[in-house]
Amino acid sequence: MSASTPPVGPVIGRPVAGIEQEVLAHLRQRFGAKLVDAKVVRPLVAEVAIDRADLLAVCQYLKEALAFEHLGCISAVDWKDHYESVYHVENYYNGCVVQVNARIPHDDPKIASVCGLWNAANYHEREAWDLMGIVYEGHPNLERILLPKDFKFFPLRKDFPQEVDRQYISRRKLRGGK
Amino acid sequence: MSAPLVPSLFGACYILTGWIVWIINWILRAIGTVIPPLFPPLDALANWLASAPILTVLTWLVMTLVMVVWACLVNLLTMMWVERKFYSRLQDRYGIMISIWSLPLWPFNRRKDVPTHKGWGYLQNVADGMKLLQKENLVPATADSMMFNTAPAWIAGTTLMIFAALPWSSGLYVANLDLGILFILAAFSLAPLGILIAGWSANNKYTLVGGLRSAAMLMAYEIPLVLVVIALVFTTGSLDPKVIVTQQERPLLTLGPLVIPAWNLFGVQAIGFVVFLVAIIAEMERIPFDLPEADAELVEGWTTELSGMRFGLVFGFKWLRMIAGAGLLSILYLGGWSGPVFTTLYLGSVPIPIVPEEIWFMLRVYLLGLFFIWLSWSIPRVRIDQILNIGWKRLIPLSLLAIVAAAAVRVVTG
Amino acid sequence: MPAFWINMGPQHPMTHGLWNMKVQVDGETITDARPELGYLHRGVEKISEVREFQKVIVLTDRLCYVSSITWSHAYCLAVEKMMGVEVPERGQWFRVISLELQRIASHLMWLAAYGPDLGLLTALLWSLRERELFLDLIQLMSGMRMNQNYPRIGGVRNDLPENFDAMCKRSIAHFLRKLEKEYEPLLHESKVFQMRTVGVGKISAAEAINWGVTGPNLRACGVDVDVRRLDPYETYEDVDFEVQTWKGPDAGDSYSRFICRFREMRESCSIILQALEKMPKSGAYRAKPPRRGEGEGYARTEDSRGEALFYVCGDGDDRPYRVKIRSPIFCTMAATPIMLRGNKLADVVAILGSIDVCVGEMDK
Repeated sequence: MSASTPPVGPVIGRPVAGIEQEVLAHLRQRFGAKLVDAKVVRPLVAEVAIDRADLLAVCQYLKEALAFEHLGCISAVDWKDHYESVYHVENYYNGCVVQVNARIPHDDPKIASVCGLWNAANYHEREAWDLMGIVYEGHPNLERILLPKDFKFFPLRKDFPQEVDRQYISRRKLRGGK
Repeated sequence: MSAPLVPSLFGACYILTGWIVWIINWILRAIGTVIPPLFPPLDALANWLASAPILTVLTWLVMTLVMVVWACLVNLLTMMWVERKFYSRLQDRYGIMISIWSLPLWPFNRRKDVPTHKGWGYLQNVADGMKLLQKENLVPATADSMMFNTAPAWIAGTTLMIFAALPWSSGLYVANLDLGILFILAAFSLAPLGILIAGWSANNKYTLVGGLRSAAMLMAYEIPLVLVVIALVFTTGSLDPKVIVTQQERPLLTLGPLVIPAWNLFGVQAIGFVVFLVAIIAEMERIPFDLPEADAELVEGWTTELSGMRFGLVFGFKWLRMIAGAGLLSILYLGGWSGPVFTTLYLGSVPIPIVPEEIWFMLRVYLLGLFFIWLSWSIPRVRIDQILNIGWKRLIPLSLLAIVAAAAVRVVTG
Repeated sequence: MPAFWINMGPQHPMTHGLWNMKVQVDGETITDARPELGYLHRGVEKISEVREFQKVIVLTDRLCYVSSITWSHAYCLAVEKMMGVEVPERGQWFRVISLELQRIASHLMWLAAYGPDLGLLTALLWSLRERELFLDLIQLMSGMRMNQNYPRIGGVRNDLPENFDAMCKRSIAHFLRKLEKEYEPLLHESKVFQMRTVGVGKISAAEAINWGVTGPNLRACGVDVDVRRLDPYETYEDVDFEVQTWKGPDAGDSYSRFICRFREMRESCSIILQALEKMPKSGAYRAKPPRRGEGEGYARTEDSRGEALFYVCGDGDDRPYRVKIRSPIFCTMAATPIMLRGNKLADVVAILGSIDVCVGEMDK
């Protein structure tokens, strides 16, 4: 089944070989210069890196034109000079997965919310807000989900101190080695 | 046909009371002899105690005590033991195992080769009762404490009232009323008020929902219960338990040596039997109808806030109501305490029981109990609106049908 | 009586695990619901940033403690993708066997919790009795009954013992007999059970996909998606099993979820028996991974409850830089208000029990 034909009938999920190349080709054709990086990681998995401004356009294209109906996960990663909101969207019709890495500058952690496209984003974005502090604009109720409601910090950030016990770090490492 | 072991509870208790009063009088007169100035008043007191009216009153007190001991201490414990052992065997496990060898008293703690907690399990319920007595007496701060304290007493008291009129044989009863069945059903129906009070007074959302559910369910199931008793009256013509049982002792069908008695079950009352069976399971609040007390959704339902012996009374008396319900079912439909002819010897005209009537009655009660237990532990709970559906839309039409059928049969047979 | 909010939990005998469900009730009908998570949040993602790659397996085991091998295995898959490690074939077969044994044990635990929810306490004891068979097999295989620490990056920890084949076949034969003779009459054919679960807690296929519901909960809506078939990992391409989808009317209710999960147990038994035949009888079962990892690794597996997804980032250190855990129950919890609205209060436990909540993975 081609990547851009609308599927019919009940959903039967079986993998289609080579589909990730097709999907990548469609994305490149549609967005071209806006994709900072686009590559095939392994069979069925394609990876695309974009800036945060293009997020909604890319996600809408993936969902409506290419039938990526399932949002698997939204992860928030704190690379020390920028944040990344990583979206894993999956296609139930041909087994393809597209990983969308959206770069967010470190001093302005805001990005558009994809709750309007996939309701599954609701809880994932709340968790990313809760643990990492990235604000998802347009989210219906962005409040803490895993931590207590009055917790003041964002624990997953790299500047939040890690409770390290000496016994869990090897002596070689503590002495400054690797 | 069959003979009771205790031909008259009143007579037996009269003799017993006589002995007790004799002992008391002897002690009073002994005190009077030792302290001479006290002799006249104590002697008068002793004579007054031994006079016939006072002896009768004391006999009634002793009769109620004997019946309470018989129903609660002997039968309740045994029924609880039967339930817990039986359903644990259904679930492929051993069940309760604390017995007399678990007691830390001599001579039971001397034998080192017998494991302490691997017995029959008969004393487990006693142990559980003792545990509940030791618990803290909690009354929620925001609860209506007078109602909260009254409710378990209400439930326990009205349940015990059933046993004032429920006969265990043709002699073992406290009072034989002409409207005995009506009295028993009325006493059964008083407990739901106690349940509602318990649920409401605890001032807790869970208990309130549980109490209201219980009120709705029990109200819906009282009606078919009474209606089929009305249907039964067409066949029996009386609400006196002894009369109903005596009528069921006559033979229905004689197949050679085998005589089938005319139980009310074998007749047009079979519809009534089915309705009564379902309604009495709902009245006893057993699974599948135990949603008011559902430990799945509402913690413990209306009994959530009750702790210690309050809970113990309410919880334990569920089995007492099971005994009463099974007893009622067996009196009305299964021939009560009648047994086959060959279990009585006649010396002259005095019947000597080989297997007395009480045994037949208890056999029926315990077999019905086994049936209820088996049913309870094999079927999931029915949801409250489905329970009310069954009560209002299925049982009431069936019971009305039973009335019409019984009336028709009565008209046809004269 | 006006509508008021009832708390089901966090201390509740029948919400298995520690979470709160606020339910707005109007009389007996539910008008709204709001789950409250986070009571069991242990910060696994943060801790795994200071543990070496292999030491994180101890943490991921305890994510969902009922079904530990599947979670550690998902983590190992993600790290293997990141590092580019190839697991030898015998190790893959071992993983498949252990995963399916764990799946059956997890489903039996679910059944043991679901029966009492509806009032059927006998199901608790019977399911736990059967679960003992599988816990014994898992113990033979990995050394422990739960939190086994069995998968490793590059394979599994140890070899199968010699009598595993015979014991496995005997246990599975016994289990299949019990399923047919005891469980089906007790559960499938019970009219009251059907009264409690048919038509209760419905969710449509489109809504389920949109809200991120996966696993048996999604297959019960008629959507034929199983990660073992959609994106086969390990040696799932070489085994023959049927994806249990509900094909009848009334899709998406509690009964269909129950049936899908129940039938999956049979399929898992058949997978194990096939694996025991097809497995190479000797060979390596563990490859040595490099100590440090750089890059991104992503893996998804079919956990007992849905699609478990791990996203691991490394920056050249011997510890992960970021471990992101996607729990199926976390996503299904977002869809529970849809399933609960319109049903009666007594159905809450029937519905929540049928989606098989494990709070450990939900709260990480």
